[in-house]
Amino acid sequence: MKQRIEWRPADTLPELREVLLLQGIPAGVDPSPRILSIVDSATAIYLEAAEPRALVADISQDAFAGVYRGEGNNAPETPVEAVAPRADALALYVATVGARVTDRIRALFAQNEPALAAMLDAVASAAADRFTHLLAVRHAAATDGADGRGRLTLGYSPGYCGWHVSGQRALFAYLQADAIGVTLNESCLMDPLKSVSGVLAAGPADIHRFVPGYEFCADCRNRTCVSRIKAWSIPMSSD
Amino acid sequence: MSVLSDVAVSLQRGEDDEVALLVRQALDEGQDAAAILQDGLVAGMGVVGEQFREREIFLPDVLLAARAMYAGLALLKPLLAKEGVPTAGTVVIGSVRGDLHDIGKNLVGIMLAGAGFDVVDLGNDVAPERFVDAACQHAASVIGLSALLTTTMPVMKDVVELVRARGLQERIKVIVGGAPVSDAWARQIGADAYGYDAASAVERVRALARKPA
Repeated sequence: MKQRIEWRPADTLPELREVLLLQGIPAGVDPSPRILSIVDSATAIYLEAAEPRALVADISQDAFAGVYRGEGNNAPETPVEAVAPRADALALYVATVGARVTDRIRALFAQNEPALAAMLDAVASAAADRFTHLLAVRHAAATDGADGRGRLTLGYSPGYCGWHVSGQRALFAYLQADAIGVTLNESCLMDPLKSVSGVLAAGPADIHRFVPGYEFCADCRNRTCVSRIKAWSIPMSSD
Repeated sequence: MSVLSDVAVSLQRGEDDEVALLVRQALDEGQDAAAILQDGLVAGMGVVGEQFREREIFLPDVLLAARAMYAGLALLKPLLAKEGVPTAGTVVIGSVRGDLHDIGKNLVGIMLAGAGFDVVDLGNDVAPERFVDAACQHAASVIGLSALLTTTMPVMKDVVELVRARGLQERIKVIVGGAPVSDAWARQIGADAYGYDAASAVERVRALARKPA
């Protein structure tokens, strides 16, 4: 089943802390009133300009194996190829903030408002990251039944954790993502820029456990997997 | 406190209108444009850079200061050109072919301009030939390449190789940056420097621009 989802911008607003982190302001630092004022201005623009929407489509294990294989460029071993076969429900997704926010960011830079432009960029990036969480919650509600205890739905995306970004082509072909105005360029970059895509994998929380010791982990600056894994309180063998 | 100190302090506070007023006042008092630039704007930006490195202030504060710097520079630039005062150098920047991300590149451009460089921003999705042609056209000593995708990183190598193929490697240096880019990658493709963030990119460009051709 494929679903088109539209959110109210206010429902996709990220936490202040997430926005500040993207601006290089670490947790534990109280931002100045001046910075908070810029956040407020950027948030107001986001609320006015964002058109958050998504496509989600269930996918079978076999079909996902084909999508995941993509153009054959994935790393030899990846977490996704271990997680997905153990999931009992998979869904592909693409979600976007919409083109108007990107247009506003560019216009602000052109108008010599770099602080506001960069803050709006951070708000939109954090909002796009939040889409995966919102979709995972929705997917979990649909697949976990009345008792979701011990179960967990998480998203994995091309371009991360050894899933080569060229895998976007197969994912986009399956979803026909242009239906919500998201397209790929020659380097598999999504347009509008503030978009996310990937697979939602639902199942017992334990299926998501992996040790981030893959070859590509050495060059990874993201490392959100570490905080994700720790947040679920799943013991890791490397701990 | 002198008007130039006031310029520096207002710039640190990101008060663009006030900086423009004070620069105008300094010019009206007969101060030299180069002195206003160095002892007012550049001095103020130097403090901002130091505070940023020490994490006393953060990116939004730096960008407000950069905007204030622009406000002052807009008044001084025509006079500096008339007096033949050299800039810190010219840098051509852009996001490489296939890459539409430009926030990081924009921030680097703003910081470079704030440090007194002439910046030629080619935008995003820029072909290797355009980088090298623009560097020659504008007599730039540095090309700054940005990539946010592992799929577009190889284009950086194409630019480095094109600079070499045209025999320009002594005159034009290449610095690379972007989320997936690393110092090791820069070395691997033969780039001259790697900028971890906008602030470090400015430092590296400054060092590259100082190197004799």
